[in-house]
Amino acid sequence: MSTVTPVVQPAAPTAPETPDFEFVKSWKVTIALSIFTVFGILLLVVFGRDGISTMRLSTSSDLIQLPDVELPTRLTGIVISVLLLLITAASVWLVQAQAKAPIWLISVFAVLLLIGFLSWAAADKAIPVPGLLFGSLSLAVPLIFGALGGVISERVGVVNIAIEGQLLAGAFTSAMVASLTQQPLLGLLAAMLAGVLVSMVLAAFSIKYFVDQVIVGVVLNVLVVGLTGFLYSQVMAPNAELLNQPPRFERINIPLLSEIPIIGPVFFRQTLIVYIMYVAVAVVFYGIFHTKWGLRLRSVGEHPQAADTVGINVASTRFWNVSIAGAIVGLGGAYFTLGSVGAFGKEMTAGAGFIALAAVIFGRWDPIRATLAALLFGFASNLQNVLSIIGSPVPSEFMLMLPYLVTIFAVAGLVGQSRGPAASGKPYIKS
Amino acid sequence: MSTTQGSETEPRAGVVAPTEGPSRWNRMFREITTGSAIISVLAVVLALVVGAVMIAFTNKDVQASAGYFFSRPGDLLAAIWNAVSGAYSALFQGSIYNFRRPSFAAGIKPLTETLTFATPLIMAGLGVALGFRVGMFNIGGRGQMLIAAALGGWVGFAVDLPAGLHLIVALVVGILGGALWGGLVGVLKARTGAHEVITTIMLNYVAFYLVSYLLREGFLKTPGSNNPKSPATKVTAVFPDLLGPNYILHFGFILAILATIFTWWLLSRSNLGFQFRAVGLNPNAARVAGISVKRMYVYAMMLSGGLIGLAGINQVLGTTTSGFGAGLDSGIGFDAITVALLGRSKPWGVFWAGILFGAFKAGGFSMQAAEGVPIDIVLVVQSLIVLFIAAPPLVRAIFRLPEPGAGRRTTQVNVTQEVAAK
Repeated sequence: MSTVTPVVQPAAPTAPETPDFEFVKSWKVTIALSIFTVFGILLLVVFGRDGISTMRLSTSSDLIQLPDVELPTRLTGIVISVLLLLITAASVWLVQAQAKAPIWLISVFAVLLLIGFLSWAAADKAIPVPGLLFGSLSLAVPLIFGALGGVISERVGVVNIAIEGQLLAGAFTSAMVASLTQQPLLGLLAAMLAGVLVSMVLAAFSIKYFVDQVIVGVVLNVLVVGLTGFLYSQVMAPNAELLNQPPRFERINIPLLSEIPIIGPVFFRQTLIVYIMYVAVAVVFYGIFHTKWGLRLRSVGEHPQAADTVGINVASTRFWNVSIAGAIVGLGGAYFTLGSVGAFGKEMTAGAGFIALAAVIFGRWDPIRATLAALLFGFASNLQNVLSIIGSPVPSEFMLMLPYLVTIFAVAGLVGQSRGPAASGKPYIKS
Repeated sequence: MSTTQGSETEPRAGVVAPTEGPSRWNRMFREITTGSAIISVLAVVLALVVGAVMIAFTNKDVQASAGYFFSRPGDLLAAIWNAVSGAYSALFQGSIYNFRRPSFAAGIKPLTETLTFATPLIMAGLGVALGFRVGMFNIGGRGQMLIAAALGGWVGFAVDLPAGLHLIVALVVGILGGALWGGLVGVLKARTGAHEVITTIMLNYVAFYLVSYLLREGFLKTPGSNNPKSPATKVTAVFPDLLGPNYILHFGFILAILATIFTWWLLSRSNLGFQFRAVGLNPNAARVAGISVKRMYVYAMMLSGGLIGLAGINQVLGTTTSGFGAGLDSGIGFDAITVALLGRSKPWGVFWAGILFGAFKAGGFSMQAAEGVPIDIVLVVQSLIVLFIAAPPLVRAIFRLPEPGAGRRTTQVNVTQEVAAK
């Protein structure tokens, strides 16, 4: 994982990217933490609310029932504000001592802020924690598939702006095929094929005809929106009962695992697509970093000339890996129609592909990090849903805005300069 | 041409690779100048053929007559002809000239509608193209348009000023709003390295919800109305009509022409434009040459946002002056990307691409109304045109055209360089 250098070791011999090992004092993290702390104190103390916030940890169908956690809202706010201040102070001290704030410290900070915010918003109300997390995962599933496809595609050197198009194509074909055959599994297969088809156009134009990959990606999105929209109005909508009523995947409870408190209901009472997603994340991560396939893929994306020199066929490696990426994204598209919504609608992906792209960059082209970023986006969107149900004290628009604002802050303050695979976006012309 | 960039993109082995590549837009630029006009024409033809196939396949009459194809094949051909020619003539009559109307003055009306639709596409397309030339991908058109419309629109309906001055103030405030929203992205990129693709996408959503809130409870709300819609723009701030009240074409189109001239001047005649292009071609080389790359990012995003803001304010002061909602951008921010791509990021290219897309938009609506062909077909045709134009070898292969001589020459030159470099 060459792109990730979280801890600076002054004499690390394995850091060829930074020629001088002098530690550069970076206040970015500290500034970001300070802004968040000020925000937290303002919200939790200055505009603090009174009451009792209840966190419901179990659903009624759980075997092991956890008691509800009741937090006195104002006190929780004060305690959390103090902790946030302490962490910010620690980060100041760390920068002075020429060290970087470790990732876990930032994570603790984020979790604390989140708990503080939740308890503030839920004064005298109850938040169903498993429901919140379950919904987050549901919203994140297509994003994760999209991000995985994006990671593979960019790692092999083809920028994939067409994630949105692949998702939409997958959603459309899976709805149609599953409705016609009444077999959700066939729908899943069709979605993968549709994703592969979109990918192959992307690959053919960018690898064979050397068209700029960003152009092809953007244009493919428009093309798929147009195609699916046209076919939807002309063919699907008039015969909706035949073509747009796909059977949905049933939820499968995994024995034992699904009874673990909190985690069980969230992760192990899901549909087949979600279980495929877990496998896909693991396989993509292992494949990219621990197999011959992954090594070749990354070498083609980082330095195609070197890869070519040692005998790797750059064009075909790119072509087939972009196609694989398309198949994975297609699965995410199928989740819209076979997993969550249950029917195809015009432009139903609603920008999910672009959020997935943001997750790829946010996750610095790493499958696990990209998955976490996608989960974060899913959580943030679902938080708004849950809070609007229990009645949020903030105007709903600001709640809806929050995930995007947090992302901007996080990208600007915590991630910073992200460096993609070196040859991503550049066609390789064998001389 | 396909192979022109070979010697520039691939660093030689052993040399530390630059973190960001040279501009792909430059390659694209060269592609269009070496490609012949015939490719563009054939690309449009090809796209229209694909569109025709789709229209024919999904047409009810065609499907019905295909059932008895072997007994009466003529029926099928007639049905296909009717479906396709009906759709395309509706497209033409809705966008350029309507022959069914009695007088020239009435018949030409669709063309003025085309130009009205084209106006914001040209403005926003110029903004996106400007970003491309500096090597930045501005997907934030939606947000920049919304903020521009919100600020400029507020001046338009809430402030009392004499006619003329009012318009100018609203216009300037709108452009500044777009520049502010775009410049924010530039500042974030320059100061923190945040990737502009992420920040522009996120700021789109932020702007959308911010404007939604302002329309519902903030200073954009119409007093005494529950509709999330702003009050109508005051007459003193409305763009004057260009061809009288019978036509919808307004002063915005003149602004689009001026914006095109300005962008052309900026990019190819000004000092700043030179620095922009240098950064777009190769930021590392530009830095070595003493250009402040970060400052260029901020300026470029401000100008890009300002141009897109112009598109936003154009909608509020010109096209729909009866008040606006949060959906006022109606996809223009994203269409602008395609327009910029089709125009090869060159100002006049963007201008004509914007008019072409405006024609598709105007004609698409009348095609949907007259023939029942969904307007989505327009998206398909548009995107296919861009795809085909971007890949001349494909078009040549389909029509079995020979490789043009001009293209070959540059290819060979670069191949020699590539060989020499090894």
